[in-house]
Amino acid sequence: MTVLLETENLTKHFDLGHGRQVHAVDGLSLAIEEREIVGLVGESGSGKSTFGKTVLGLHERTAGRVSFQGEDLPASYRQQDFRRYAPHMQMIFQDPYSSLNPRMTVGEIVGEGLKLHSDLSGREVRERSAEWLQRVGLEPAHMSRYPHEFSGGQRQRIGVARALILEPEFVVCDEPISALDVSVQAQVINLLDDLKASLGLTLLFIAHDLSMVRYVSDRMAVMYLGALVEVGKANDVFFDPQHPYTRFLVAANPEPDPRTERRRAFSAIQGEIPSPINVPPGCRFANRCPQAMPQCREQTPQLIPLQEKGGREVACHLFG
Amino acid sequence: MSALLEVRDLEVEFDTYGGTVHAVRGVSFDVRAGKTLAIVGESGCGKSVTVQSIMGLIPIPPGRIVAGTAELRGVDILGRPEVDGRDVRGDAIGMIFQDPMTSLNPTMTIGDQIAETLQTHRGQDRPQARARAVELLEMTRIPEAEQRAGQYPFEFSGGMLQRAMIAMAIACEPAILVADEPSTALDVTIQAQILDLLGDLQAKTSMAIILITHDLGVVARLADEVAVMYAGRIVEHGTADAVFHQSGHPYTQGLKAAMPTRNSRRDDPLQPIDGSPPDLFAPPPGCAYRPRCPNAMRICERRDPPAFPLEPSDASRPSSAIDVVANTNQEDAASGSQAPTPRTPPEETDIHPAKDATAAPPHRDHFSRCWLHQSEARAHFAAAAAGDGDPP
Repeated sequence: MTVLLETENLTKHFDLGHGRQVHAVDGLSLAIEEREIVGLVGESGSGKSTFGKTVLGLHERTAGRVSFQGEDLPASYRQQDFRRYAPHMQMIFQDPYSSLNPRMTVGEIVGEGLKLHSDLSGREVRERSAEWLQRVGLEPAHMSRYPHEFSGGQRQRIGVARALILEPEFVVCDEPISALDVSVQAQVINLLDDLKASLGLTLLFIAHDLSMVRYVSDRMAVMYLGALVEVGKANDVFFDPQHPYTRFLVAANPEPDPRTERRRAFSAIQGEIPSPINVPPGCRFANRCPQAMPQCREQTPQLIPLQEKGGREVACHLFG
Repeated sequence: MSALLEVRDLEVEFDTYGGTVHAVRGVSFDVRAGKTLAIVGESGCGKSVTVQSIMGLIPIPPGRIVAGTAELRGVDILGRPEVDGRDVRGDAIGMIFQDPMTSLNPTMTIGDQIAETLQTHRGQDRPQARARAVELLEMTRIPEAEQRAGQYPFEFSGGMLQRAMIAMAIACEPAILVADEPSTALDVTIQAQILDLLGDLQAKTSMAIILITHDLGVVARLADEVAVMYAGRIVEHGTADAVFHQSGHPYTQGLKAAMPTRNSRRDDPLQPIDGSPPDLFAPPPGCAYRPRCPNAMRICERRDPPAFPLEPSDASRPSSAIDVVANTNQEDAASGSQAPTPRTPPEETDIHPAKDATAAPPHRDHFSRCWLHQSEARAHFAAAAAGDGDPP
């Protein structure tokens, strides 16, 4: 397998003024192989979306490196950089309501990428847009309608068509189904699945629904307060979590089965995710971790592969 | 055990520019002390409107309660702000909402907001109410409650705000706590804390909880009974185990198949429910789920299915099963001549065959509104009534 996209110590801080900074993403290294689906999970505020956007150049990165097909991507994108990379890397957004321009028709929204990034004629662009609408399960006749005329699930399909019409190699899906009803979530997941198979897509799938991420992804990366705490095969991470935080996360994930839930010997993780403005020294999870040792409050643990767990990477002093 | 709250045949409409939305179309359920009833369904199915109309929270107009009763300990509270000198809202029934940030007053401290509830409903003086507010914050496991009581909502995180909302909702020791998507806006770990807290509070106070949610995982964790709503109706009802493990209605089965469980493998595709919920401006005749239903039959198009019991309940109850089937059969014969009018569904009588004290209300039993169960219902009836002769 060849690596399609790789980040090395990717860091994104937002400046709040007065010398204060939000440490949204702090030195995150992740390699995504071709045709792989990597699920990125974590609580809100853990920096998942910021990571996705920084990878695509939608945020200027503070430090670190991003390479795509072996080529380093610029730290800050200029107009021509977007022109160059947009056909290869795209994003599907969480909120199908606010991510579509209400004043553009669906045809214009879906076709805009082609208009900017190809030399097809207006008519060819329209034909391709119509074809893509069909591909995502809408009608070519919907081209002249506006986003408000569609339901949430349909809008998400429009978002998918818009992102995929340029046939990118890499797509960041930022919580693509969180805003949708259960019955519609499966429609969008199956659609992404079909398109992944036919186009050979590589996906970074950001979500907080562990069951869905486990189901969708090949590998799962767990993020906490701007850093990765565990990375491994999705099933392994879900069924045999190693990092204390991942264990809590899996234990907190409710299963749609009252018998399982009754049997669950459950203790919710105490406390809340600390503010990314004052990141504690040492392990970021130490203040909520029942197994924290003195060392955890001083030294920041690095991701290390566990041989006995098939190369699972865990950032925790318990495994040091 | 008799029910704390009995809701019967509730119908709610909203007048809009586009016409009349039939949001709730004949909903009945019981809520019992110390138990949790989960009302499950997708956006727009009427689950929130149902509860809001019981609490008098829907704006009238454009809203309109067309029919129904909601008896709290035997007194109808529909449209009544107070019962026996206690306010319904905030006193007898407490409520927490999905978005705690917008449900709290940003210009008042958390402590004052909780105290206000006690001053208003209980006539406590300010110091008394403030002291109780701090106790309540401690009960909901807010650290440094004393200090926190003096802070404003913006100084709280989402999970803390939801705890503060719960503290406020239980301030007057309500008989019923309505939790409308209490954990939807929260992360899984915080969600687990809130669900834990609700369960503990219920064990301590034996209050009833009406849990409104679309998350089947949350339902599985907290609910004793489940009512599945679709297009303004309860399409399946039963104990949590029955609804999850012996799901009767194709919609319930569809919801379950649409989400991955820990056992689903990557190569088993999820089974989405095709299409989208019906337009409630003009609910289709027959079963509202028919256009999306993989098992639809011809009768589903013509006639709205009544509630078919799915399990023979205990021996004291065959009479209600008989009534359901008997009435259905009569209607079957009569239905050829006239189309059913959507406003007063003919099966109204079927759902509540006997309101006398001896027959337990069928709302407690596992039922499904689906024609698929007609033959099963008949079989149950035949078994139950074996000694009493054949059905008419």
